[in-house]
Amino acid sequence: MSTVFQRVLDNITRVRGVRGAMLVAGEDGLIVAESLMEGVRGNAVAALAASLQKRFRQAMEAAAVGMPHFLHLQGEDGTLIIVPAPDGMLVVAVGAPDMNVGLVRLEMLRAAESIS
Amino acid sequence: MTETRAVEAWTLEPLERFVAESGARLTLLMTPAGQVLAQHGFMRAVDVMSAAALGAAIVASTGEIARMLDQHEFAALNHQGVQHGIFLGAFDTPRGGLLALVVYGPDSSAGLVQLFFEELARGLVAATPAEEQPKAVLAANFEEELDRSLASLFGR
Repeated sequence: MSTVFQRVLDNITRVRGVRGAMLVAGEDGLIVAESLMEGVRGNAVAALAASLQKRFRQAMEAAAVGMPHFLHLQGEDGTLIIVPAPDGMLVVAVGAPDMNVGLVRLEMLRAAESIS
Repeated sequence: MTETRAVEAWTLEPLERFVAESGARLTLLMTPAGQVLAQHGFMRAVDVMSAAALGAAIVASTGEIARMLDQHEFAALNHQGVQHGIFLGAFDTPRGGLLALVVYGPDSSAGLVQLFFEELARGLVAATPAEEQPKAVLAANFEEELDRSLASLFGR
């Protein structure tokens, strides 16, 4: 894995409560780089997160409110966050329900900036 | 409305689920010899026959390249176009190897197709009926068998 990718993923997974982070090709839904705890189905999360982001993008375009910057899905047992990078790549993080979303968001936005 | 149709009834439910979840536009389920078991989205018999023959030929060709490279056969092949992508995957079932040829559009992705293809393979393995004596397709009844298969695939 490229050291740049490794470094940005490390910065995200260092936040307490984060179970994994990935860089995903937005159009393909395929993993570019990953740092995941055991038990997280990376390929499934990548494919479904990319599909979800595509649908949200279409919905926001239809509503004429611009492109999504940050998608945050809160579940009973965890959290999924997607940040689209300008070049079509997605930064995806999976974490515990009580993880520090603000800090993760900051690291993911930094990651999106640095990989573009 | 496009329909999913099967020559072998046990393939229908896993294939319908795959199509619904992956968003595939066209799907062909066949043997490595190009004999079609089920299809979704094709409107004409001639398209099914051509796609099956081409899909089987691609898998045979890549299999031969893998053999020359002293590798295992390639499990899947994905060809991404501007509007559409083609995914060709092989898997084993208790009844032997099968191939899935999938054409997907911009509302799906290589990742989604790959993900649900794995579930399709698992579903088909689980749905495979108990072993029965395979019917030999002889030259004498080949045309009759082909007509019967095409009638099943297109509801005629």
